[in-house]
Amino acid sequence: MKAEANPVVADAVIRLEDIKRNFGPVHALKGVSFSLFPGRALALVGESGCGKTTCARIIARLDKPTGGRLFFRGQDLTARGEAKDEHQYRREVQMVFQDPFSSLNPAFTVSHHLARPLQLHRQSGSRADLPEEIARLLASVGLEPDVTRQKFPHELSGGQRQRVNIARALAVAPSVLVADEPTSMLDVSIRKDILDLLAKVKRENELAMLYITHDIATAAHVAEEIVVMFAGQMVEWGDTDAVLSDPRHPYTRLLLSAVPDGSRPFVTGGSARFLEQAEKVRSLSRPESTVVEQVGSNHFIRALGVSG
Amino acid sequence: MSDNLLEIEKLNVDYLVEKGEFRAVKEVSFNIGRGEIFGLAGESGCGKSTIAYAITRLSKAPAWISGGSIRLDGQDLLRLPERELQKIRWKRIGMVFQSAMNSLNPLMRVEAQFHDVLRRHTGCSHEESRARGEEMFRLVGIPTHRIGDYPHQFSGGMRQRIVIAICLALRPELIIMDEPTTALDVVVQREILEQVVDLQRTYGFSVLFITHDLHLMAQLCQRIGVMLKGELVEVGDVRQVAQAPRHDYTRKLWNAIPQLPGNPHLSGVLA
Repeated sequence: MKAEANPVVADAVIRLEDIKRNFGPVHALKGVSFSLFPGRALALVGESGCGKTTCARIIARLDKPTGGRLFFRGQDLTARGEAKDEHQYRREVQMVFQDPFSSLNPAFTVSHHLARPLQLHRQSGSRADLPEEIARLLASVGLEPDVTRQKFPHELSGGQRQRVNIARALAVAPSVLVADEPTSMLDVSIRKDILDLLAKVKRENELAMLYITHDIATAAHVAEEIVVMFAGQMVEWGDTDAVLSDPRHPYTRLLLSAVPDGSRPFVTGGSARFLEQAEKVRSLSRPESTVVEQVGSNHFIRALGVSG
Repeated sequence: MSDNLLEIEKLNVDYLVEKGEFRAVKEVSFNIGRGEIFGLAGESGCGKSTIAYAITRLSKAPAWISGGSIRLDGQDLLRLPERELQKIRWKRIGMVFQSAMNSLNPLMRVEAQFHDVLRRHTGCSHEESRARGEEMFRLVGIPTHRIGDYPHQFSGGMRQRIVIAICLALRPELIIMDEPTTALDVVVQREILEQVVDLQRTYGFSVLFITHDLHLMAQLCQRIGVMLKGELVEVGDVRQVAQAPRHDYTRKLWNAIPQLPGNPHLSGVLA
């Protein structure tokens, strides 16, 4: 998954600039900036509560930032208030959620789930084209159209449901796809298939993708770029290869060292050392810092802040 | 007395469904040695949790154990009267489930929840259970002064550790852990499981560790069993199952989880 030349900011579909979000006294996002480019995926990685889902919600405009600016194709959306092209934006930015069991309506067939967005958002095509469109969508996510279209969600496995969710997102021909932990509720043996499918639809549809996960190993599998977050701050980011082969920030290193690896059994008496290290890394990484250091052509780390 | 603490033989568990019954666990046999960490791997629906519930006879209708035996120290748990079984649950066999952190009573201070379990099984006083609770808190790395807090005042990882602490308080011989860290992020998962391994080495209890993640399993188990559609398709030493899996499905499970490209050698996290 080698990236060509790094895309320039002008090509960005989505750009976050110093986005902040406070929930009362809690600073969930402390100035997050990154861009999403067509045909490329960016993985947002971090533990629960680090702010990654808040980022997704802001991008999908399900939530508003407390500060900073959100751009769509160079247009500052935060400056405009409730945009009149809200409908258009909803079409352009689609989401795939974590829970495939609760994101489909149990009372309707697969066909219905795909027909709705097609009818609501597609400008072209007539009613008569619908069955054909639905068949094409199902085939594109690896489902057998004739078998699947009349089924109800409960008749499908988790993986099949997630495929329907991806097809539903693709139905409106979006330019941005936000996938928030799309595989964490699926069986292990099919996770890779779904990740491969996301990579495929990203490529085929030139989608700008945001892939959110707490599993840094899967990030390597789908994304060209990676952003590691901790406590509302981006601590390390850049080309996935660079960050994973040469992690510089202590939190990234901690995260990588904790990925289960069968070839490295736990050693007796190791827990005290690991706990101590983890706690130290957390307390080092938590303080806010605005100092960023460039360590590679597209590889950055945030300098450690000063606590207190 | 044999070296096995738990011996499961030809266990069958059925679920009553609309048309007849569905056999969720088919003729499964395996042993867990004293002081051994045994891993049971497989995906959702393969029957691994059904076995966990069967061991303490907590299977609820429509599930029922239709055959086989489960012997703890030679004593068949499936033939024990319910009253006898109650003495074994918690006291000799502890359980930590995936959502265990949500099984703490939100209205009770943690201290009281320790007392609840300890009084029931040992008849101890408040002072004794508090002392024991504090000792257990120290073991799992939570400051002892927090024992009077309510569950919501702890993070998910801490709540899961509290459940492990309550479980350890009675010094069980076997602890069943069913996906104990699946809901937690990797760093917290590692913190908890490293502790479990250290505690196991210190106190010598046996563990039945259930997860879908073979890589994780290989980091702490000595032997591994792999389940597929209710059957135990492979059992072996961790090294054999990792390096020379006999069953195709085992190979598939190993490859299912995306691994990091190469191994960035992290000599020390704080290097």
